[in-house]
Amino acid sequence: MSFTVFATAIVSAMLINNVILMQFLGVCPFLGVSKRTSSAIGMSAAVLFVMVVASAVTYTIYDLILFPYDIPYISTIAFILVIASLVQLVEMVIKKYSAPLYKALGIYLPLITTNCAILGVSEGNIASIWTETMPYGEGLFLAVSTAIGTGLGFGLVIFAFSSIRERLDAANVPKSWQGVPISLLVAGIMSLAFLGLQGVI
Amino acid sequence: MSTKDNFLKGFVKENPIFVFLLGMCPALAVTATVETALGMGILVVFVLTSSNIVVSLVRKFIPNDVRTPSYIVIIATFVTIVRMMTERYAPDLYIALGVFIPLIVVNCLILGRAEAFASKNTVFDSMIDGLGMSLGFTMALVIIGVFRELLATGEILYGVYLPFFVESEIAIFDLDWLIPLSGASVNDYMLPMFSLAPGAFIALGIILAVIQRRKVVGDEKKEAARQAMIEEKKRLALERKKAAAKKKAGEAA
Repeated sequence: MSFTVFATAIVSAMLINNVILMQFLGVCPFLGVSKRTSSAIGMSAAVLFVMVVASAVTYTIYDLILFPYDIPYISTIAFILVIASLVQLVEMVIKKYSAPLYKALGIYLPLITTNCAILGVSEGNIASIWTETMPYGEGLFLAVSTAIGTGLGFGLVIFAFSSIRERLDAANVPKSWQGVPISLLVAGIMSLAFLGLQGVI
Repeated sequence: MSTKDNFLKGFVKENPIFVFLLGMCPALAVTATVETALGMGILVVFVLTSSNIVVSLVRKFIPNDVRTPSYIVIIATFVTIVRMMTERYAPDLYIALGVFIPLIVVNCLILGRAEAFASKNTVFDSMIDGLGMSLGFTMALVIIGVFRELLATGEILYGVYLPFFVESEIAIFDLDWLIPLSGASVNDYMLPMFSLAPGAFIALGIILAVIQRRKVVGDEKKEAARQAMIEEKKRLALERKKAAAKKKAGEAA
């Protein structure tokens, strides 16, 4: 559990295997809530928060319940249910204890259940980190680090993209490219830039 | 709505990817080759049709408040089934699709059809709706796949991931016949970027722009026709006025 492991996991998940531009997870909110910078920030904060909690919980469930009792094939059903109820729980807790945070994140939380980035990271953690011999603590640490990196990468890209889109509103785009097509083209060019980071680590 | 319309609406008029932009994650992620796109499409056809049938069967027993979680469990069950089947019968496809097989659970198309159609209609109608919508989805995936694979490699392979009907991989379409004509290798002119992540965004962007272009041209034509009609009406009104004035002048004389 050293700082190097943590930093490597963060950089790798945030920049090199960026969740939106390289893995294509969470494209719906990427196109949906990136019209204004403020909503992009709110959404990415909510995603980061839920992603870290969901990764920790799903990794724990897989390692301590599903695998020992020999039912790992049920992981998809278990994970989606856990994530759905977790989002509800987080919403209730935030509502009760922190009104400003609820005001900032509230409307984005229900959308997160169907955000494929959350389930994708949970499943990806099991596929890439989890092994039979990995000690529970170390695996959990890696899973949470990856989740933090992925959430930060999601926030970085969606924030940059929303800034570009605010400029695009004022630009004179041909009629047939207006809306989603030009957004996808912008995303493609951003993705090209991120492709240059491949192989840094 | 007739059964035929119900089946056909998913292909063009209400195409999930090209019109409603549902299920964008698989549309970008698994379309690097036609075969992975087709494989994903087959899985979605199975999951959507079966989940629509089951949701429609139990629609009268599920209380309204726990509707969505129940649908998600039904969908996740079928996804688990196809996951195991793929692992057993098409292991290469299972590896190529990777995390996107479990992610069929959160594909907005499937939950969307359960909510919007299967929870309100009979079993047979829901089955037809599921089949049509998922085949429309498959068609869109394959179109993107053809576009990307052709631009990236210049040929379309079959048999790498799907081990059905063929012994070893075969090229359904290739550009090798161009070699004697041009004297250069086809590979010199290909754009490998289209098989990577940026190519996915750009290819889908181009396809959506072409579709939007058709709509824009159609709208312009309609607008032009409307303008012509207004002009015609104005002209007729003017003529009538003139005729009336002439008549008046004649009467006065």
